[in-house]
Amino acid sequence: MEIVNQEHVQELLTSFANKDVYIHLETTNGSYASHFKEGFLNAGAFIRNVVIKFELGKIVGDSPHRVGLKLPSGWIYAQGITHYTVDEHDRLLLAGLDHEGKLSVALHISETPFTY
Amino acid sequence: MIKKERHVLIVLPHPDDEAFGISGTIAAYRKMGVPVTYACLTLGEMGRNLGNPQFATRETLPQIRKAELEKACEAMGLDDLRLMGFRDKTLEFEDDEKMVKLVEDLIQESNPSLVISFYPGYSVHPDHEATARAVVRAIRRMDETNRPKLYAVAFANNTEEDLGTPDIIHDIQDTIEQKLAALRAHESQTVWMMKELDEKLAAKDPERMKWVRYERFFSYKWDKDFE
Repeated sequence: MEIVNQEHVQELLTSFANKDVYIHLETTNGSYASHFKEGFLNAGAFIRNVVIKFELGKIVGDSPHRVGLKLPSGWIYAQGITHYTVDEHDRLLLAGLDHEGKLSVALHISETPFTY
Repeated sequence: MIKKERHVLIVLPHPDDEAFGISGTIAAYRKMGVPVTYACLTLGEMGRNLGNPQFATRETLPQIRKAELEKACEAMGLDDLRLMGFRDKTLEFEDDEKMVKLVEDLIQESNPSLVISFYPGYSVHPDHEATARAVVRAIRRMDETNRPKLYAVAFANNTEEDLGTPDIIHDIQDTIEQKLAALRAHESQTVWMMKELDEKLAAKDPERMKWVRYERFFSYKWDKDFE
């Protein structure tokens, strides 16, 4: 993956607008967060292979960026986005990686389903 | 002293779960000629470490971890690996009965004298716990005289307080190289740890040497069943 190039990511987001697309959205602290730090509230969320159609997609801010997708009657957004790539299946993979390369947030957009 | 078994069945949710505290034992069984079946339920799709610089994306990680697991199995001499096709972090949301059936089928097929898995209530990760519950339930349903032994790995912070000290301790000195090779094979998960471990082992740090050499299990306490 590469450090976000905001202009390029904006172009890519726009290319997925107004189409049925599959979404992967995830935030995580890792499963061991409250094992290593007792009392830590380990919160996160995960959705995968949910089909949506967004009318407007934007990437905003200095790194780490926010990315928002406006739906006809709702929203999807992710914050903490630092890296991106377009993989061999033309899927846009956005990720928030810390200095060690650990993933904290992921937002993937694809015209074809993700594996299970 | 590691006792010879008829067949050993290992049931764990993630590639690398075997490496830390079981791989020396697995290698020792294989060395003795004991057949070992390892059912690994997921491919660790949710691993957080993608590296800096990145060696994977969220989408390529499963295949990388699958290859690492196969390499680890080779290091341990394990030739019966079953990939069960579940997704990381979802096991507790599957139908509980389906999970029990999966373990029952594995037991029926391999007829193990020993099953190794996690200890329910003391294994921290939700997938470890879901796996442990399914294993205990499947064995509990068997006729007491036919039950395999169950060695369970426990590492929650309150383990010693509640369960005491492990009753099964395997000295794996004879297969320590295989264990280190298995740990190294899971590079995406262990690269930082191995750097530290290699340094400590080179310096003959007594704590770390003990940690690698002795694999610790609890015989499941059926008289204090988790449910």
